[in-house]
Amino acid sequence: MSLLSFGNSGWGDELFFATLMTLAVSLTAMIIGFIFALIFTPLKLSKNKFLNIIANSYTTVIRGVPELLVIYLFFFGGSGAVMFVASIFGYNEYIEINAFITGSFAIGIISGAYSTEVFRGAIQSIDKGQFEASQVLGLKKPIHFLKVILPQMLRLAIPNLSNVWQITLKDTSLISVTGLVEIMRQSYIAAGSTRDPLFFYSFAALLYLLLTFLSMKLINKLEIKYNRGF
Amino acid sequence: MDFDLMLNSFPKLLNATLVTLKLLSLSLIIGLFLGFCFAILRLSKNIFINRFAYGYSYLFRGTPLLVQIFIIYFGLGQIEFLRSSALWVILKEPYWCAIIAFSLNTGAYTSEIIRSALQTIKLGFIEAGKSLGLSNKIIFFKIQIPIAIRQSLPAYGNEIILMLKGTSLASTVTLMDLTGVAKYIISTTFKPVEVFVVAGSIYLFLTFLIHNLIKFLEKKYSY
Repeated sequence: MSLLSFGNSGWGDELFFATLMTLAVSLTAMIIGFIFALIFTPLKLSKNKFLNIIANSYTTVIRGVPELLVIYLFFFGGSGAVMFVASIFGYNEYIEINAFITGSFAIGIISGAYSTEVFRGAIQSIDKGQFEASQVLGLKKPIHFLKVILPQMLRLAIPNLSNVWQITLKDTSLISVTGLVEIMRQSYIAAGSTRDPLFFYSFAALLYLLLTFLSMKLINKLEIKYNRGF
Repeated sequence: MDFDLMLNSFPKLLNATLVTLKLLSLSLIIGLFLGFCFAILRLSKNIFINRFAYGYSYLFRGTPLLVQIFIIYFGLGQIEFLRSSALWVILKEPYWCAIIAFSLNTGAYTSEIIRSALQTIKLGFIEAGKSLGLSNKIIFFKIQIPIAIRQSLPAYGNEIILMLKGTSLASTVTLMDLTGVAKYIISTTFKPVEVFVVAGSIYLFLTFLIHNLIKFLEKKYSY
Protein backbone atom coordinates (compact mmCIF):
# COMPACT_ATOMS: atom_id res chain seq x y z
CA MET A 1 0.00 0.00 0.00
CA SER A 2 2.93 2.31 0.62
CA LEU A 3 3.43 2.15 -3.14
CA LEU A 4 0.21 4.11 -3.54
CA SER A 5 0.87 6.78 -0.91
CA PHE A 6 0.79 10.40 -1.96
CA GLY A 7 3.91 12.54 -1.97
CA ASN A 8 7.46 11.61 -2.89
CA SER A 9 7.49 8.11 -1.44
CA GLY A 10 4.53 6.70 -3.35
CA TRP A 11 2.82 6.75 -6.71
CA GLY A 12 -0.63 7.76 -5.48
CA ASP A 13 -0.57 11.37 -6.60
CA GLU A 14 1.11 10.51 -9.90
CA LEU A 15 -1.54 7.93 -10.68
CA PHE A 16 -4.28 10.32 -9.62
CA PHE A 17 -3.09 12.97 -12.05
CA ALA A 18 -2.60 10.32 -14.71
CA THR A 19 -6.24 9.33 -14.27
CA LEU A 20 -7.26 12.96 -14.72
CA MET A 21 -5.11 13.03 -17.86
CA THR A 22 -6.87 9.95 -19.22
CA LEU A 23 -10.21 11.62 -18.56
CA ALA A 24 -9.07 14.86 -20.18
CA VAL A 25 -7.80 13.08 -23.30
CA SER A 26 -10.98 11.00 -23.55
CA LEU A 27 -13.23 14.03 -23.23
CA THR A 28 -11.22 16.08 -25.72
CA ALA A 29 -11.17 13.16 -28.14
CA MET A 30 -14.91 12.66 -27.73
CA ILE A 31 -15.56 16.36 -28.48
CA ILE A 32 -13.24 16.28 -31.52
CA GLY A 33 -15.11 13.15 -32.55
CA PHE A 34 -18.44 14.99 -32.29
CA ILE A 35 -17.10 17.75 -34.50
CA PHE A 36 -16.05 15.18 -37.08
CA ALA A 37 -19.43 13.48 -36.77
CA LEU A 38 -21.19 16.81 -37.28
CA ILE A 39 -19.27 17.25 -40.52
CA PHE A 40 -19.56 13.71 -41.83
CA THR A 41 -23.09 12.70 -40.82
CA PRO A 42 -24.72 15.22 -43.22
CA LEU A 43 -22.32 14.04 -45.94
CA LYS A 44 -23.37 10.46 -45.28
CA LEU A 45 -27.06 11.33 -45.50
CA SER A 46 -26.69 13.63 -48.48
CA LYS A 47 -28.08 12.62 -51.84
CA ASN A 48 -24.85 13.62 -53.57
CA LYS A 49 -22.94 10.44 -54.51
CA PHE A 50 -19.55 12.12 -54.29
CA LEU A 51 -20.11 13.40 -50.75
CA ASN A 52 -21.37 9.96 -49.80
CA ILE A 53 -18.16 8.37 -50.99
CA ILE A 54 -16.05 10.81 -48.98
CA ALA A 55 -17.97 10.14 -45.77
CA ASN A 56 -18.10 6.40 -46.34
CA SER A 57 -14.40 6.13 -46.97
CA TYR A 58 -13.71 8.06 -43.77
CA THR A 59 -15.77 5.71 -41.61
CA THR A 60 -14.67 2.55 -43.42
CA VAL A 61 -10.95 3.32 -43.34
CA ILE A 62 -10.90 4.43 -39.72
CA ARG A 63 -12.99 1.53 -38.52
CA GLY A 64 -10.99 -0.99 -40.55
CA VAL A 65 -7.48 0.07 -39.58
CA PRO A 66 -6.03 -0.59 -36.11
CA GLU A 67 -6.11 2.35 -33.71
CA LEU A 68 -2.42 1.90 -32.99
CA LEU A 69 -1.54 2.40 -36.65
CA VAL A 70 -3.55 5.63 -36.76
CA ILE A 71 -1.77 6.83 -33.63
CA TYR A 72 1.64 6.06 -35.17
CA LEU A 73 0.60 7.99 -38.29
CA PHE A 74 -0.23 11.04 -36.18
CA PHE A 75 2.73 10.64 -33.88
CA PHE A 76 5.32 10.37 -36.63
CA GLY A 77 3.50 12.39 -39.27
CA GLY A 78 1.70 15.04 -37.22
CA SER A 79 4.35 17.68 -36.92
CA GLY A 80 5.43 17.07 -40.54
CA ALA A 81 1.90 17.76 -41.74
CA VAL A 82 1.53 20.90 -39.63
CA MET A 83 4.93 22.15 -40.80
CA PHE A 84 3.91 21.54 -44.39
CA VAL A 85 0.74 23.60 -43.95
CA ALA A 86 2.72 26.29 -42.13
CA SER A 87 5.28 26.43 -44.92
CA ILE A 88 2.51 27.30 -47.37
CA PHE A 89 1.85 30.37 -45.23
CA GLY A 90 5.55 31.16 -45.22
CA TYR A 91 6.49 29.83 -41.77
CA ASN A 92 9.52 27.58 -42.00
CA GLU A 93 10.61 26.96 -38.39
CA TYR A 94 10.42 23.55 -36.78
CA ILE A 95 7.08 22.99 -35.06
CA GLU A 96 6.64 20.39 -32.39
CA ILE A 97 3.11 19.44 -31.42
CA ASN A 98 2.63 18.20 -27.92
CA ALA A 99 1.55 14.65 -27.21
CA PHE A 100 -1.77 15.70 -25.75
CA ILE A 101 -2.93 17.36 -28.96
CA THR A 102 -1.61 14.60 -31.23
CA GLY A 103 -3.17 11.94 -29.04
CA SER A 104 -6.57 13.57 -28.67
CA PHE A 105 -6.68 14.23 -32.38
CA ALA A 106 -5.82 10.65 -33.30
CA ILE A 107 -8.34 9.19 -30.86
CA GLY A 108 -10.84 11.91 -31.80
CA ILE A 109 -10.75 10.97 -35.47
CA ILE A 110 -11.32 7.34 -34.52
CA SER A 111 -14.19 8.10 -32.17
CA GLY A 112 -15.60 10.48 -34.78
CA ALA A 113 -15.99 7.60 -37.22
CA TYR A 114 -17.97 5.62 -34.67
CA SER A 115 -20.06 8.67 -33.67
CA THR A 116 -20.84 9.36 -37.32
CA GLU A 117 -22.30 5.89 -37.69
CA VAL A 118 -24.30 6.31 -34.48
CA PHE A 119 -25.77 9.68 -35.54
CA ARG A 120 -26.55 8.39 -39.02
CA GLY A 121 -28.41 5.43 -37.56
CA ALA A 122 -30.27 7.63 -35.09
CA ILE A 123 -31.39 10.16 -37.72
CA GLN A 124 -32.44 7.43 -40.09
CA SER A 125 -34.63 5.79 -37.48
CA ILE A 126 -36.57 8.97 -36.78
CA ASP A 127 -40.06 8.66 -38.19
CA LYS A 128 -40.42 10.26 -41.62
CA GLY A 129 -43.58 12.00 -40.49
CA GLN A 130 -41.53 14.19 -38.17
CA PHE A 131 -39.62 15.65 -41.10
CA GLU A 132 -42.80 16.18 -43.09
CA ALA A 133 -44.66 17.68 -40.16
CA SER A 134 -42.02 20.31 -39.50
CA GLN A 135 -41.99 21.10 -43.22
CA VAL A 136 -45.74 21.53 -43.24
CA LEU A 137 -45.47 23.80 -40.19
CA GLY A 138 -43.00 25.89 -42.17
CA LEU A 139 -40.22 25.63 -39.58
CA LYS A 140 -36.91 27.12 -40.62
CA LYS A 141 -34.06 24.67 -41.16
CA PRO A 142 -32.08 25.48 -37.97
CA ILE A 143 -35.18 25.31 -35.79
CA HIS A 144 -36.30 22.14 -37.49
CA PHE A 145 -32.93 20.56 -36.64
CA LEU A 146 -32.54 21.94 -33.11
CA LYS A 147 -36.10 21.53 -31.88
CA VAL A 148 -37.41 18.54 -33.82
CA ILE A 149 -34.59 16.30 -34.96
CA LEU A 150 -31.92 16.79 -32.30
CA PRO A 151 -33.97 15.89 -29.19
CA GLN A 152 -35.33 12.75 -30.82
CA MET A 153 -31.95 11.85 -32.24
CA LEU A 154 -30.22 12.18 -28.87
CA ARG A 155 -32.66 9.80 -27.23
CA LEU A 156 -31.90 7.16 -29.84
CA ALA A 157 -28.19 7.87 -29.93
CA ILE A 158 -27.33 7.91 -26.23
CA PRO A 159 -27.10 4.13 -25.66
CA ASN A 160 -24.80 3.77 -28.66
CA LEU A 161 -22.83 6.88 -27.78
CA SER A 162 -22.12 5.33 -24.41
CA ASN A 163 -20.50 2.46 -26.29
CA VAL A 164 -18.44 4.96 -28.28
CA TRP A 165 -17.40 6.61 -25.01
CA GLN A 166 -16.26 3.26 -23.62
CA ILE A 167 -14.26 2.53 -26.77
CA THR A 168 -12.72 6.01 -26.66
CA LEU A 169 -11.83 5.69 -22.99
CA LYS A 170 -10.11 2.37 -23.58
CA ASP A 171 -8.39 3.60 -26.76
CA THR A 172 -6.66 6.37 -24.83
CA SER A 173 -4.47 3.69 -23.26
CA LEU A 174 -2.82 3.39 -26.68
CA ILE A 175 -1.61 6.99 -26.55
CA SER A 176 0.89 5.85 -23.95
CA VAL A 177 3.13 4.77 -26.85
CA THR A 178 3.61 8.45 -27.69
CA GLY A 179 4.85 9.23 -24.19
CA LEU A 180 1.82 11.12 -22.88
CA VAL A 181 1.61 10.41 -19.16
CA GLU A 182 -1.85 8.95 -18.68
CA ILE A 183 -2.79 5.88 -16.62
CA MET A 184 -0.99 3.39 -18.81
CA ARG A 185 2.21 5.40 -19.22
CA GLN A 186 2.33 6.23 -15.51
CA SER A 187 1.91 2.57 -14.59
CA TYR A 188 4.67 1.71 -17.04
CA ILE A 189 6.99 4.23 -15.38
CA ALA A 190 6.02 3.09 -11.89
CA ALA A 191 6.36 -0.57 -12.82
CA GLY A 192 9.78 0.09 -14.27
CA SER A 193 11.15 1.91 -11.28
CA THR A 194 9.67 -0.32 -8.58
CA ARG A 195 9.98 -3.60 -10.51
CA ASP A 196 6.44 -4.40 -9.53
CA PRO A 197 4.59 -4.54 -12.87
CA LEU A 198 1.91 -6.95 -11.67
CA PHE A 199 0.71 -4.56 -8.98
CA PHE A 200 0.78 -1.41 -11.10
CA TYR A 201 -0.81 -2.86 -14.21
CA SER A 202 -3.52 -4.49 -12.12
CA PHE A 203 -4.09 -1.15 -10.43
CA ALA A 204 -4.30 0.48 -13.86
CA ALA A 205 -6.92 -2.09 -14.83
CA LEU A 206 -8.82 -1.21 -11.67
CA LEU A 207 -8.69 2.50 -12.51
CA TYR A 208 -10.09 1.83 -15.99
CA LEU A 209 -12.83 -0.32 -14.50
CA LEU A 210 -13.66 2.49 -12.10
CA LEU A 211 -13.81 5.01 -14.93
CA THR A 212 -16.04 2.83 -17.10
CA PHE A 213 -18.25 1.97 -14.13
CA LEU A 214 -18.74 5.58 -13.06
CA SER A 215 -19.35 6.83 -16.57
CA MET A 216 -21.94 4.11 -17.14
CA LYS A 217 -23.81 5.29 -14.03
CA LEU A 218 -23.78 8.85 -15.35
CA ILE A 219 -24.89 7.87 -18.83
CA ASN A 220 -27.74 5.79 -17.43
CA LYS A 221 -29.04 8.92 -15.73
CA LEU A 222 -28.88 10.80 -19.03
CA GLU A 223 -30.69 7.96 -20.74
CA ILE A 224 -33.51 8.15 -18.21
CA LYS A 225 -33.70 11.91 -18.66
CA TYR A 226 -34.03 11.69 -22.43
CA ASN A 227 -36.41 8.77 -22.26
CA ARG A 228 -39.06 10.45 -20.17
CA GLY A 229 -42.26 10.52 -22.07
CA PHE A 230 -41.50 7.24 -23.81
CA MET B 1 4.76 10.25 -52.03
CA ASP B 2 7.70 7.89 -52.15
CA PHE B 3 6.52 5.04 -54.35
CA ASP B 4 9.80 3.15 -54.17
CA LEU B 5 9.50 2.91 -50.43
CA MET B 6 5.91 1.70 -50.76
CA LEU B 7 6.97 -1.00 -53.23
CA ASN B 8 9.94 -2.02 -51.10
CA SER B 9 8.01 -2.20 -47.86
CA PHE B 10 5.12 -4.15 -49.36
CA PRO B 11 6.77 -7.64 -49.23
CA LYS B 12 8.02 -7.01 -45.69
CA LEU B 13 4.57 -5.96 -44.56
CA LEU B 14 2.99 -8.90 -46.35
CA ASN B 15 5.30 -11.24 -44.45
CA ALA B 16 4.28 -9.60 -41.21
CA THR B 17 0.64 -10.07 -42.17
CA LEU B 18 1.21 -13.80 -41.73
CA VAL B 19 2.10 -13.19 -38.08
CA THR B 20 -1.03 -11.07 -37.67
CA LEU B 21 -3.19 -13.77 -39.24
CA LYS B 22 -1.64 -16.48 -37.07
CA LEU B 23 -2.28 -14.45 -33.93
CA LEU B 24 -5.82 -13.71 -35.07
CA SER B 25 -6.83 -17.25 -35.99
CA LEU B 26 -5.34 -18.92 -32.93
CA SER B 27 -6.89 -16.45 -30.50
CA LEU B 28 -10.25 -16.61 -32.28
CA ILE B 29 -10.34 -20.40 -31.98
CA ILE B 30 -9.43 -20.38 -28.28
CA GLY B 31 -11.68 -17.37 -27.70
CA LEU B 32 -14.65 -19.04 -29.35
CA PHE B 33 -14.22 -22.06 -27.10
CA LEU B 34 -13.90 -19.84 -24.00
CA GLY B 35 -16.84 -17.72 -25.08
CA PHE B 36 -19.00 -20.76 -25.54
CA CYS B 37 -18.12 -22.17 -22.11
CA PHE B 38 -18.68 -18.86 -20.35
CA ALA B 39 -21.96 -18.23 -22.18
CA ILE B 40 -23.28 -21.52 -20.79
CA LEU B 41 -21.96 -20.63 -17.32
CA ARG B 42 -23.74 -17.28 -17.59
CA LEU B 43 -27.04 -19.06 -18.17
CA SER B 44 -26.54 -21.31 -15.16
CA LYS B 45 -28.98 -20.86 -12.29
CA ASN B 46 -26.27 -21.21 -9.67
CA ILE B 47 -25.58 -17.65 -8.56
CA PHE B 48 -21.85 -18.21 -7.93
CA ILE B 49 -21.18 -19.69 -11.35
CA ASN B 50 -23.32 -16.99 -12.88
CA ARG B 51 -21.50 -14.21 -11.07
CA PHE B 52 -18.11 -15.69 -11.91
CA ALA B 53 -18.90 -15.71 -15.62
CA TYR B 54 -20.33 -12.19 -15.43
CA GLY B 55 -17.26 -10.96 -13.56
CA TYR B 56 -14.98 -12.43 -16.21
CA SER B 57 -16.76 -10.71 -19.05
CA TYR B 58 -17.08 -7.43 -17.12
CA LEU B 59 -13.40 -7.40 -16.25
CA PHE B 60 -12.17 -8.06 -19.76
CA ARG B 61 -14.64 -5.76 -21.48
CA GLY B 62 -14.13 -2.90 -19.06
CA THR B 63 -10.35 -2.66 -19.29
CA PRO B 64 -8.18 -1.85 -22.32
CA LEU B 65 -6.61 -4.78 -24.12
CA LEU B 66 -3.22 -3.12 -23.66
CA VAL B 67 -3.49 -3.42 -19.86
CA GLN B 68 -4.42 -7.08 -20.20
CA ILE B 69 -1.39 -7.84 -22.37
CA PHE B 70 0.92 -5.96 -20.03
CA ILE B 71 -0.42 -7.75 -16.96
CA ILE B 72 0.13 -11.11 -18.59
CA TYR B 73 3.47 -10.34 -20.24
CA PHE B 74 5.16 -8.14 -17.63
CA GLY B 75 3.11 -8.94 -14.55
CA LEU B 76 2.84 -12.71 -14.40
CA GLY B 77 6.61 -13.14 -14.63
CA GLN B 78 6.83 -11.59 -11.20
CA ILE B 79 5.11 -14.49 -9.50
CA GLU B 80 7.83 -16.80 -8.24
CA PHE B 81 5.56 -19.81 -8.28
CA LEU B 82 4.75 -19.34 -11.98
CA ARG B 83 8.38 -18.84 -12.91
CA SER B 84 9.36 -22.19 -11.48
CA SER B 85 6.39 -24.06 -12.92
CA ALA B 86 6.13 -25.74 -16.29
CA LEU B 87 3.85 -22.91 -17.45
CA TRP B 88 6.86 -20.62 -17.63
CA VAL B 89 7.88 -22.17 -20.93
CA ILE B 90 4.73 -20.62 -22.38
CA LEU B 91 4.55 -17.45 -20.32
CA LYS B 92 8.06 -16.27 -21.10
CA GLU B 93 7.28 -16.07 -24.81
CA PRO B 94 5.69 -12.78 -25.89
CA TYR B 95 3.92 -14.69 -28.67
CA TRP B 96 2.00 -16.92 -26.26
CA CYS B 97 1.36 -14.09 -23.83
CA ALA B 98 -0.25 -12.13 -26.65
CA ILE B 99 -2.34 -15.15 -27.65
CA ILE B 100 -3.49 -15.68 -24.05
CA ALA B 101 -4.46 -12.03 -23.68
CA PHE B 102 -6.27 -11.92 -27.05
CA SER B 103 -8.10 -15.18 -26.39
CA LEU B 104 -9.30 -14.10 -22.96
CA ASN B 105 -10.36 -10.74 -24.37
CA THR B 106 -12.25 -12.04 -27.38
CA GLY B 107 -13.64 -14.84 -25.20
CA ALA B 108 -15.31 -12.25 -22.98
CA TYR B 109 -16.94 -10.46 -25.92
CA THR B 110 -17.88 -13.73 -27.61
CA SER B 111 -19.52 -15.05 -24.46
CA GLU B 112 -21.79 -11.99 -24.42
CA ILE B 113 -22.65 -12.48 -28.09
CA ILE B 114 -23.47 -16.17 -27.67
CA ARG B 115 -25.36 -15.60 -24.43
CA SER B 116 -27.63 -12.98 -25.94
CA ALA B 117 -28.17 -15.19 -28.98
CA LEU B 118 -29.12 -18.13 -26.77
CA GLN B 119 -31.43 -15.96 -24.68
CA THR B 120 -33.29 -14.45 -27.59
CA ILE B 121 -34.32 -17.80 -29.07
CA LYS B 122 -38.10 -17.92 -29.15
CA LEU B 123 -39.54 -20.22 -26.50
CA GLY B 124 -41.75 -21.75 -29.17
CA PHE B 125 -38.77 -23.50 -30.76
CA ILE B 126 -37.84 -25.16 -27.49
CA GLU B 127 -41.45 -26.03 -26.71
CA ALA B 128 -41.82 -27.53 -30.16
CA GLY B 129 -38.79 -29.70 -29.48
CA LYS B 130 -40.17 -30.75 -26.13
CA SER B 131 -43.56 -31.66 -27.54
CA LEU B 132 -41.80 -33.81 -30.11
CA GLY B 133 -40.32 -35.70 -27.18
CA LEU B 134 -36.72 -34.68 -27.82
CA SER B 135 -34.33 -34.88 -24.91
CA ASN B 136 -32.89 -31.67 -23.45
CA LYS B 137 -29.50 -32.51 -24.90
CA ILE B 138 -30.84 -32.88 -28.42
CA ILE B 139 -32.92 -29.71 -28.08
CA PHE B 140 -29.79 -27.86 -27.03
CA PHE B 141 -27.49 -29.17 -29.75
CA LYS B 142 -29.94 -29.50 -32.62
CA ILE B 143 -32.26 -26.55 -32.04
CA GLN B 144 -30.74 -23.92 -29.78
CA ILE B 145 -27.16 -24.03 -31.03
CA PRO B 146 -27.89 -23.80 -34.79
CA ILE B 147 -30.32 -20.92 -34.25
CA ALA B 148 -27.91 -19.18 -31.91
CA ILE B 149 -25.08 -19.49 -34.43
CA ARG B 150 -27.18 -17.85 -37.11
CA GLN B 151 -28.31 -15.15 -34.70
CA SER B 152 -24.83 -14.29 -33.53
CA LEU B 153 -23.12 -14.23 -36.93
CA PRO B 154 -23.39 -10.45 -37.59
CA ALA B 155 -22.17 -9.54 -34.11
CA TYR B 156 -19.44 -12.15 -34.26
CA GLY B 157 -18.27 -10.75 -37.60
CA ASN B 158 -17.79 -7.39 -35.90
CA GLU B 159 -15.90 -9.09 -33.13
CA ILE B 160 -13.53 -10.74 -35.63
CA ILE B 161 -12.79 -7.35 -37.18
CA LEU B 162 -12.26 -5.79 -33.74
CA MET B 163 -9.90 -8.63 -32.91
CA LEU B 164 -8.00 -8.16 -36.18
CA LYS B 165 -7.40 -4.58 -35.06
CA GLY B 166 -6.62 -5.78 -31.57
CA THR B 167 -3.76 -7.98 -32.77
CA SER B 168 -1.89 -4.77 -33.60
CA LEU B 169 -1.21 -4.48 -29.87
CA ALA B 170 1.09 -7.49 -30.13
CA SER B 171 3.66 -5.01 -31.43
CA THR B 172 3.86 -3.48 -27.94
CA VAL B 173 5.32 -6.71 -26.57
CA THR B 174 8.07 -6.89 -29.20
CA LEU B 175 6.18 -9.06 -31.70
CA MET B 176 6.73 -8.11 -35.33
CA ASP B 177 3.20 -8.26 -36.64
CA LEU B 178 1.86 -5.99 -39.41
CA THR B 179 1.71 -2.93 -37.15
CA GLY B 180 5.05 -3.77 -35.55
CA VAL B 181 6.83 -3.93 -38.90
CA ALA B 182 5.00 -0.81 -40.10
CA LYS B 183 6.18 1.08 -37.03
CA TYR B 184 9.72 -0.18 -37.56
CA ILE B 185 9.75 1.01 -41.18
CA ILE B 186 8.23 4.37 -40.18
CA SER B 187 10.79 4.95 -37.46
CA THR B 188 13.72 4.11 -39.75
CA THR B 189 12.56 6.04 -42.82
CA PHE B 190 10.39 8.79 -41.27
CA LYS B 191 7.83 8.35 -44.03
CA PRO B 192 4.67 7.69 -41.99
CA VAL B 193 2.12 8.42 -44.71
CA GLU B 194 3.50 5.97 -47.28
CA VAL B 195 3.81 3.12 -44.79
CA PHE B 196 0.39 3.90 -43.36
CA VAL B 197 -1.17 3.69 -46.81
CA VAL B 198 0.37 0.26 -47.51
CA ALA B 199 -0.22 -1.25 -44.07
CA GLY B 200 -3.67 0.32 -43.83
CA SER B 201 -4.64 -1.12 -47.21
CA ILE B 202 -3.61 -4.60 -46.10
CA TYR B 203 -5.74 -4.25 -42.97
CA LEU B 204 -8.66 -2.90 -45.01
CA PHE B 205 -8.34 -5.78 -47.44
CA LEU B 206 -8.48 -8.27 -44.55
CA THR B 207 -11.49 -6.46 -43.07
CA PHE B 208 -13.17 -6.61 -46.46
CA LEU B 209 -12.52 -10.36 -46.71
CA ILE B 210 -13.89 -11.04 -43.22
CA HIS B 211 -16.92 -8.85 -43.89
CA ASN B 212 -17.76 -10.77 -47.07
CA LEU B 213 -17.13 -14.16 -45.52
CA ILE B 214 -19.60 -13.36 -42.74
CA LYS B 215 -22.11 -12.05 -45.28
CA PHE B 216 -21.78 -15.29 -47.23
CA LEU B 217 -22.27 -17.38 -44.09
CA GLU B 218 -25.28 -15.28 -43.08
CA LYS B 219 -26.89 -15.99 -46.42
CA LYS B 220 -26.04 -19.65 -46.24
CA TYR B 221 -27.53 -20.12 -42.79
CA SER B 222 -30.54 -17.86 -43.12
CA TYR B 223 -33.88 -19.54 -42.80
